Formats: sequence, structure tokens, C-alpha cells
Amino acid sequence: MGDPVGMSLAHTLASGMGGMRAAGDLVARMQMTRGMRLSEAKEYVAGRLGVSTLDLVDPVVMHDVRAELGLGRITVQELTYADQPYAIEAKFRISEVLDIPINSVERFAARAGLGAPRVSAAGGAAG
Amino acid sequence: MDDRILTRMGDGSLVETTRAQLRADIEDGTQQAVRRAKVPPLEQGELDHLEDIFCSNARFTGVDLGDEVILSYDGSGNADLGSRMTEMLAYQTHQGADMLELWHIDYSYKAIKTILSFEAHEMKMSQLNLTVPMQYGAMPDLGRYSKPDGPIPNWSELMPLGRIEEARAAQLEAGEMATHDMLFVADGMVEAGTDGLDFDTAGAAGDGDFLATLNAVEKIRAKHPHVGIEIGMASEFVLGMHGELEYRGERLAGMWPHQQVKAVAAAGGTIFGPAVNVNTRKSVAWNVSRACTLVKRCCEESTIPVHMNVGMGVGGVPMTAYPPVDAVSRVSKALVDVTRMDGL
Repeated sequence: MGDPVGMSLAHTLASGMGGMRAAGDLVARMQMTRGMRLSEAKEYVAGRLGVSTLDLVDPVVMHDVRAELGLGRITVQELTYADQPYAIEAKFRISEVLDIPINSVERFAARAGLGAPRVSAAGGAAG
Repeated sequence: MDDRILTRMGDGSLVETTRAQLRADIEDGTQQAVRRAKVPPLEQGELDHLEDIFCSNARFTGVDLGDEVILSYDGSGNADLGSRMTEMLAYQTHQGADMLELWHIDYSYKAIKTILSFEAHEMKMSQLNLTVPMQYGAMPDLGRYSKPDGPIPNWSELMPLGRIEEARAAQLEAGEMATHDMLFVADGMVEAGTDGLDFDTAGAAGDGDFLATLNAVEKIRAKHPHVGIEIGMASEFVLGMHGELEYRGERLAGMWPHQQVKAVAAAGGTIFGPAVNVNTRKSVAWNVSRACTLVKRCCEESTIPVHMNVGMGVGGVPMTAYPPVDAVSRVSKALVDVTRMDGL
């Protein structure tokens, strides 16, 4: 990435969806694993979350939506959310909410003996 | 002198110019792209929009609310925090990354094959600790398979000697090895839990490099139907180091972004990353106008997400290690506004 201020932060602030500060990570999953173009991916995620596409980039709205659905939230000094889903825990919820298999979740479940792989209405198993 | 505007050159230097000169740069940038790639020029409204973006003296700019795109963060991390997992967490939390990419400093699938166990373990541990999707990335890097770095006769040495058929055969032989290595690493990373794979700077060694990548992607897609696959290009058109290679009936040499993306989608890629080179002697406005023109048709015709490469010296971003945010934010906004691409 190079210089983090000149490259990644500049692009994030100028045009990015903000990752898990909002819903950028969720829209990214639909692009990566389903090849959805941006507008289709935004509409799909907004529909699954029950919000508008504009809400997807609003950290104020998404902070509450992510808490309600257990999708993981960014930790800050005073707010660690240790009693809520994060990382692999949150990805189990994301898989369910977006109705897509997530590869790391499927591997975790299989290796921990947590049951059969998820079969998605959106299409097939992970990996 | 109300007309004086501060702007950047392609090498990052700050210069003083006028609105008329910037407009001339923008007009010339689009025409240069038209001449090279035989694509339509930007429309008047788009040229006017670029003029507005670059004639502002604001320190920073951005897209309108609601127009945000996905940032794929190829090569996440800066190797200064102590561990790669820490780097990924920092990019997830501190930089608002939509996607992350785990990578090794020897950024080549040939090199990664020899340390796959180490890299796959890092992938597995990172996946346990991250929420945002993360892919694994490296270069197809066909040149690594030629002597003295690899076992194959060096086609760049054979060609000047007029041994063209031997040079072509060497590229095909190297390509088979590269495809095998990319598939080998992909299998290991999928088993470790990756969300996707990135084939970065594809075509760096020409059409043989691009073909080896497409062949690898086709095999990976058949084996792993829902793994993400991003192909990012090395430059704006595919060099014809072999010259006669085809993929699904289309000649690879000389392909421009709107043609490259069709090959990538046909192979099974889910994200395409066009690359447009920067001319350091021209203004950023000129470079952005040219870049927008070269990729607009690609964005219009693509069936998969298009994430433009916008690192240092690519896509209009100045060729300097510490890109000024006034220039980078203008590049970011201009590309998204004019081409309606899906990400950067």
C-alpha cells in the first residue's frame, strides 16, 4: 500500500465505504465471492440488513445495526464490546445474515465439530 | 492574479498553472487515450467535471455521499508494526479497509510455493482474528521461471538472437510451471480459510504471463466455486512478448482494459483491476483524464466489479513514495465520478 496517509487513508476518506466502521466489508464480500457489481452488491446487503443503501456508508446508523445483528464493531479505547461478537464470531453471524458461506467460518465449524457446512440460497458452499 | 491554481505533476511536484492550461491538459489527456486505445473520448460534461475538480484550490476532496466504492487494499500493511496480523488489524480498525490482503515481501507465487506452510498458517490465524474479508496476494511473475532465476531458457536473451520459436516455446513451458504454482498456493490458502486470491501485476512479463494467470484462474474457479479471485494488471495494455497467444479465441497481445476484463471474467475472476501508467512529465489532471478515458469503456462493458489500481505511479496517482493527499483525493474522486467504477 505504501505511505498509509498518502495512499490508504487518502482513498478511504475520499471515496471508501469505511470497512466495518459502516458496511464496506459486507458489500466487499458480495463483490469478492459473488462477482456482484457495486450497485447490485449495495442493494443486496441493504436488503439483507433492512436499511437503505445510503445507510451502508453511515457509521452512526451502522454502529447500531451491526450491534443488533452481531456483525462485529470496531473497538476503540473506551468501547471494546468484549461481550459481543467479533472476528470469527462475527463472521458466523455475517454468513447467516448475508446468506453466503464464508470459507473461514466453514473451516472453523468443520474442524471444531460444529456441524455440516452451510448451504446458501445465494449459491453453494464456500471455497 | 485570480486565475493562478496550484496543481501537481505526475512526479508529485507542486506547480502553479491556470484554468486554461489545466483545461488544455484535460482535453489532451483524453485525446491521447483515444489515439492509443481506440476508445471514445470523455464527453464535454465529464471534461467540465474534471476541470472543476482540478481547478479547486481545496486541500482535499471526495465523492458525494452515497457514491462511495469498495477499496480492496492490495498489499495491506506497512511492515512497521511488528507482525503481519497486527498490520491487518490496524488496516481493519484504523484505516477503514473494506478488504485486506495478506502478502509476503517476496511477492511471487513461485516464491510462496516454497513457504506455503508458513504463509497458510498466517492466513489461518489472521482469519480467526479478523472480521473484514481478507485475500492472499502475489504476482504470477513469469520472468522468475527463466534463467538465471529459473530452469527455462531466457526468452529475452533468445529473441535478440533471432531464435523466436525457441523464445516462444520457452514462454509456454514457463507458463505451465507458473499455472501449476498458482494453483498449488491457491489450494493451500483455500484450505487455510482465505476469502480470495489476488493475482497482482498480471501480464508483467507479457502475454505469456497473462495467459498463465488466466489458465490458473480457470482451474481455481472450477475447483473452488465461491472463492474470490482478483486479477490486477501490470500495465495498460498487454505486451506481446510471445505475440501469438490467444485465450478463448482472442489474441492477448495488445489487449486494452475493456478487452482484458472480458478475458478475466471468462476465466472466472470476480474482480478486475485495470492499471494505467503515469507520465511523470505531465500534470495529474492530464494523467487522470487519460486514465478515465482508458477505463471508462471497461467499466461500462464489464460484468464483474472493476477496481482500478491507484497506487504510486498508477491510475493518475503521482509517482512518488509519499503521494500528496490533495492529488490522491482528486484522483480518487475523478475516477469514481467519471467512470462509475466499483472500487479502487
